[in-house]
Order: sequence, then structure tokens, then C-alpha cells
Amino acid sequence: MKKIYMDYGATTPVDKEVVKEMEPYFNQVYGNPSSFHSFGREAKNAITEARDKVAQLIGADIVKEMIFTSGGTEADNYAIKGVASALEEQGKHIITSSIEHHAVLHTCEYLEKERGFEVTYLPVDEDGFVNPQDVKDAICEDTILITIMLANNEMGTIQPIAEIGEIAKTAGVTFHTDAVQAVGTIPVDVNQLNVDLLSLSAHKFNGPKGVGALYVRKGTKIKKFLHGGAQERNRRATTENVPAIVGLGKAAELARKNLNRKREELIILRDKLINGIEEKIDHVKLNGHRTERLPGNVNFSIRYIEGESILMKLDLEGIAASSGSACTSGSLDPSHVLLAMGLSHEIAHGSLRLTLGKYNTEEEVDKVLELLPKIVADLRAMSPIYNQ
Amino acid sequence: MYSDKVMDHFENPRNVGEIENPDGVGTVGNAKCGDIMKMYIKVDDEKINDIKFKTFGCGAAIATSSITTEIVKGKTIEEAQQLSNQAVAEALNGLPPAKMHCSNLAADALHKAINDYLGIDNEEDNDEDAHHGHDLGEECTLDMN
Repeated sequence: MKKIYMDYGATTPVDKEVVKEMEPYFNQVYGNPSSFHSFGREAKNAITEARDKVAQLIGADIVKEMIFTSGGTEADNYAIKGVASALEEQGKHIITSSIEHHAVLHTCEYLEKERGFEVTYLPVDEDGFVNPQDVKDAICEDTILITIMLANNEMGTIQPIAEIGEIAKTAGVTFHTDAVQAVGTIPVDVNQLNVDLLSLSAHKFNGPKGVGALYVRKGTKIKKFLHGGAQERNRRATTENVPAIVGLGKAAELARKNLNRKREELIILRDKLINGIEEKIDHVKLNGHRTERLPGNVNFSIRYIEGESILMKLDLEGIAASSGSACTSGSLDPSHVLLAMGLSHEIAHGSLRLTLGKYNTEEEVDKVLELLPKIVADLRAMSPIYNQ
Repeated sequence: MYSDKVMDHFENPRNVGEIENPDGVGTVGNAKCGDIMKMYIKVDDEKINDIKFKTFGCGAAIATSSITTEIVKGKTIEEAQQLSNQAVAEALNGLPPAKMHCSNLAADALHKAINDYLGIDNEEDNDEDAHHGHDLGEECTLDMN
């Protein structure tokens, strides 16, 4: 059975060219970048080059503004905790949205519960958009940070970040965006978006796992994250993961080169999948905005059946997907994102996310469109809440 | 995460459907929690002559429903009343800890169907509370990253 991977939102395969680029840095160029000798300098140069490539991908003009991290979660943690610690004398209010990734939500909850911060969780509309006016209205004298994601991991809606950034800038409030799902798949420019901090992760765009970066605009007040050596301009101590950083750099270079073409191809596949599902299966609801969404993201609520069952049936056919049902969310409640968009628990339990990426083909989309209606029909035939 | 036995019952569920003019019907769970099980029984000479189910829920919910019908078909009412959720899970060679409470309700649905047959009032639906009284284990934690 030929397997089909449609879970690029979870992670992506590492590009062969990226692997090739990383290889020498395990046992040929193995010096510690902090070392004085040629071994160290060579490794240091590789990091500088990677930093430059990542900066180019997100339009950061000053390369030093990029801090490498262990991934998106660390970048989010660092941004929020680092700014909160640097500015808590000024105020203790943070604005975020109710549909953020848990890396942001749980960090905000930590500051709320353990550090006495006040957090505003903004609602979203039925398409999953944060209203910039709500951001504006929520800003008060105590507000020190706004953190709103660029594109949602579950249902793909792309937020009006440039507009929110403008509001933040005018109000003089530091603005962070979690761009983990966006970088490498849509054009991202930190200046156009008016952001002070931006999180990204390599494994979401065909780079290795365990490496990411936090963009920090020059002049942004942020405390150091890891105490120890002087790496990352004294902000994040620890010997750099050189091969991974080199991999991130190469993935960024490739993403930048292929961005527009890949984006257009993915949108065609995505829309074929969306239209096909709507055509072939009744009682389905597309979650997220129809066009202002990530190029590879398809998210449907399929009524009268439950998400994990759909995933299991797909998995038996060799198709990898994900769901926001309670069984896959790790709690008794289904996806916080879908609930925030106003879906009932029942409908949120039956969500299916298919995320397309670099190596998906039209044949694979056709295959899913052939198998999914049958899977849905089988499960509905078993469902006590479905009446034909 | 699931045993082969669970996968077998999920892939080939036994006794799916409804019984026309059943002698007893029992329903547990609710859509809010993501699991609903409905059992239909036909009783002849104090034996469960026929049993069918319909389930909205995850793989464990479907598999527990299926094996429950298989276990009690042909058994006496008294024997069927002895069947516990725990025994159902054991018959499936175990369930992931997170599924033990949230999706392992098939025996409860069966007991309700039997009570319905016996004319015993089923207690008011406390299923939602029962659901929310339990903490989930680590087993069910596939986040959408």
C-alpha cells in the first residue's frame, strides 16, 4: 500500500538538500563555535551564514536580530517570558487571542498564575479572525505585550498581523507573532508586518526538528533566556546545535527560492481537496476562512461522526491526517480553536485536518477524495445520531 | 496505542445496526463528550437472542460496543447483568488508560437496555458528570502542532 502523508502541519520531511548540507557538521566541521581555533571559526562561520539565510527569508535587515532556539515552542516561551520579565516594572498586562498554540497560551497562563500578570484572551469570529479593533480596545496603560499568531495551525486562517502591528506600534506596545505555521509557506516580512518579535521553526518547512529561531527587533527590551556562556549575544547560553542550525539555514534558503511557485501549487491542490470534499460528502463544514488561509491547510467538521475514528480509518488506508477531537487533543474537550470559533462540542469532535506540503501530488488528493466519502459513510452508518 | 483485538473490532465491528421492535434499548454518553452508545436487545426465554449497537465515538468506543454485543449474545439476562466495563476492556486485551473512562461505557449501555426490558427505571442521565469526573491519562495526547 502506498502511503499518503497529509499532516505537514504537524511536521515535514527534511529536504535531501538540507540533509546533505548538514552532514559535514557532525564529524568534519565539528568545532565548538566559541573556540578560538580554526575548527571553531569554521563552525562559527556556518552559523553566521545560516543566520543570514533565515534573516533573508523573513526580511530582517539586521542579521543580529535572529536568536536560534530549540524550536517554535522555545521561541514563543522566550519571547513572552523574556519581554514580560524585562517590562514588568512598566505594567503587567498582556493581550493574546483565544486560538493561539499552547506554546503561547500556556506560557500566558503561567505568567497569569505564577507571576501576577493579567492576560486578555481576545475572541475570534466564525472564520477565526481576530478583530484588530478588539486589540486596540484591549490596550491599557499596563499593556506591555501583544502576542497574536500569524496563521493558525489547526484551521489555517491568516490574521491581519500588519494591521494589528500598526496598532501596537502606535500604542508603543511590544508585538510578538507566532509565525511557526506561516514561515516557509507564505511570504513573511517582519517590517511589513510591523512585528517586534517573531517565532519560527525549521521542521515546519522541510528543515530538521529541534531548531527554530526568535526574531527580536533591535531595541526590543527582552531578558536573557538561558544563563551560562555568551552564545547568541549573551541571550541564550548553550553550545550551538551547529548541524541543526545549518539545516535551518538551508531550509530557509530553499523555502525563499521556491516560495511563490510552491504556494501557488499548494493552493490548487488545497482547493481541489476542499471543493471535492464539499461535493462528495454532505453535512460538512469548512473551518477557517476559505481563501485567507494557509496554502496547504484543509480543515473540515464532518457531522455525526468523531475525529479519531476518521483518523483510524484513514490510517488503515495509509493516509496520515489529524483531528481536533477530544481524543486527539489530550483533554475531554475538543479543540480550543474550533470552540473559540463558535462550533459546538459535537461538531468540533468531528473535525479532520489535512495539511498538504512539498511532496504531495494531485494523485494523492484524488485518492483521498476517493476514500474519504466511503469512510465517512461507513462511520455514519454506525452512528446513532445520523439519520439518512 | 490500540491492541490488535481493538483494531479487529474497530475494522470489523460485530452486530452493528438497530433492532426493529426491540425488547430493550439503552443509551449512554452524549455528543458533547464525543461518545454516544446505543444498544438494542431482543430477549427470548430470558436469553439475549439478538443484540445490535450504534456508536458515535472514537475507536475504543466502537470496539467496546462491538465486543460487548459479541460477549452477551446468547447469554442469559442474569449473566449479561454481570458484565462490567472492566471485563469488556480486558476482553479487548486492554485499552489505553485515557480510554478506560471516557470511551468504555458499552456495558453501561447494555445494562440500561436490560433495565429497559425489565421495566426498571434507568437513573437520570449522569453520564456527562461521570465523564468529567475522571482525569485523562497521557495516552491521548496527540496535539495538533
